Amino acid sequence: MGWFVIRGYAILVYLFMFLPVAVVVLLSFNASQFGSFPMTGFSFRWFVELAQNEAILRAFRTSIVLGLLTALISTTLGVLASLALVRYRVPGANVVSTLLIAPILVPEVVLAVALLLFLNVLGINKSFALLLFGHVIFTLPFVILVVQARLVSIRRDVEEAAMSLGASPMQTFFQITLPLMLPAVLAGGLFAFTISFDDITGTLFWKPGGVETVPTQIFAMLRNSISPEINALGTVMIVMTVGLPLLGAAIARQLSKKSG
Amino acid sequence: MSVEVREARQPWILLSPALTAVALLLLVPLCFIVVYSFWLRTATGADQPGFYLDNWAEALTDPFYRDILLNTLKIAAITTLVCAVMGYPSAYFIARSRGNKAILLLLLMLPFWISYIIRTMSWINILGVSGALNGFLLWTGIVGEPIQMLYNEATVILGLVHFLLPFMILNIFVSLDGIDVTLEDAANSLGATRWEAFLQVTLPLSLPGLAAGGLLCFVLGAGTYITPLVLGGPTDAMFANLVFEAIITQLNWPLGSALSLMLLVVLGILVAIYNRYLGMAQLMKGLG
Repeated sequence: MGWFVIRGYAILVYLFMFLPVAVVVLLSFNASQFGSFPMTGFSFRWFVELAQNEAILRAFRTSIVLGLLTALISTTLGVLASLALVRYRVPGANVVSTLLIAPILVPEVVLAVALLLFLNVLGINKSFALLLFGHVIFTLPFVILVVQARLVSIRRDVEEAAMSLGASPMQTFFQITLPLMLPAVLAGGLFAFTISFDDITGTLFWKPGGVETVPTQIFAMLRNSISPEINALGTVMIVMTVGLPLLGAAIARQLSKKSG
Repeated sequence: MSVEVREARQPWILLSPALTAVALLLLVPLCFIVVYSFWLRTATGADQPGFYLDNWAEALTDPFYRDILLNTLKIAAITTLVCAVMGYPSAYFIARSRGNKAILLLLLMLPFWISYIIRTMSWINILGVSGALNGFLLWTGIVGEPIQMLYNEATVILGLVHFLLPFMILNIFVSLDGIDVTLEDAANSLGATRWEAFLQVTLPLSLPGLAAGGLLCFVLGAGTYITPLVLGGPTDAMFANLVFEAIITQLNWPLGSALSLMLLVVLGILVAIYNRYLGMAQLMKGLG
């Protein structure tokens, strides 16, 4: 009886989480020219209009380039730091870990203000570079947390075996460690990309006038009213940000299966 | 160079890029806005370096800022409470489910990946004047005219709960999942009812997860300005909106610095209290 109630309650909570998002997807296929019920028919017209909207395409390009560069830099820094923390006894490791996690302990608004004002004094104004710096520092802790959690499970003795068989440290790293680490590295990179792709809180502070990422573009479009085009854009975002990690997880599983 | 010295240096070489980034992009900028908050914005628009207390006097004594700060904390507290009430039974369900826990967790993680701005604006489709709920009410004849349900404090809280609930559930799940199920059986066999066993054994053991989830919800909720902009009315500004206004709209950077630091200190005190009694380890478990 008690369990029955808990299950019903949990189902309601799941519905609460998913229903609004499902409505976005549903309405993006609405043939009506208003972004609302009733549905007047099934249509792809809003996706076609999206693909012809120059501002939205530009926002997509900006978001993707920004996300890829963020993922590249953040993952490189994060993997190196995680290796140090997992593989070596670092004096003061606790302090170091806390420092590396600090960017998510500080409210994002405060991080955004501090970075904007400081880099401005150094002569870096609102620009793509500022956006990139901001996204890197904001995603770095997430990459480190994810990569560290996975690195712990890689056994050290495989590397030691390679070394004892005559491999140099370089050979060992590139032929043994890196392939074993690959799922962790990919997971970290994917995480950084999606966080960067989604970010709006810091991005609104850092972006120069005229440059929009997908979330800030949606935000700007919301100022008018909710149009079916926004719902269509939302659907594309959902497919990208949900589909990519699922795909990534599947690839990671394949890779780790292959490497045993 | 001896082998030991090389061994000792290696981790620092690996750590240095990340630590440099944190220092240059977070720590130094934070120190810098402390300095900046004592500068003065002049009528010409140039900021006058110096040691002026004007911004702090304004930020700390103007009742406008105080009221919004208190209101922000109230909204964050209600959001956290609602998340706890909605999240605990759900986390318990996932942790004790005999079904596929991985699938249930994956479903829970999906909203994490769905863009925050999309999840926030999705409520306009539901609650807006031409939204699903109004459509339903009109169709059933309960109302004759669509009602405006959006753009008030309740919808801001609703949006925040929708955004933060997964953080709460995940943290509670992590601590519930670590509790030995046989403890409850033991309590039962010693004569406790299931409810007593839950209240006296499981609930206390899961409090660290509840606290970690609560802290995350509160801090993330109190630091947001997008949700009030999208789902709130003109009077529903939260403290971070004031920061955004000062920095982006009014370009009053010294005042914006002082306001940011106020927010940082208030939320920092909460994090410090949490850290003092529960430690950061629990929080990292939930995030990782």
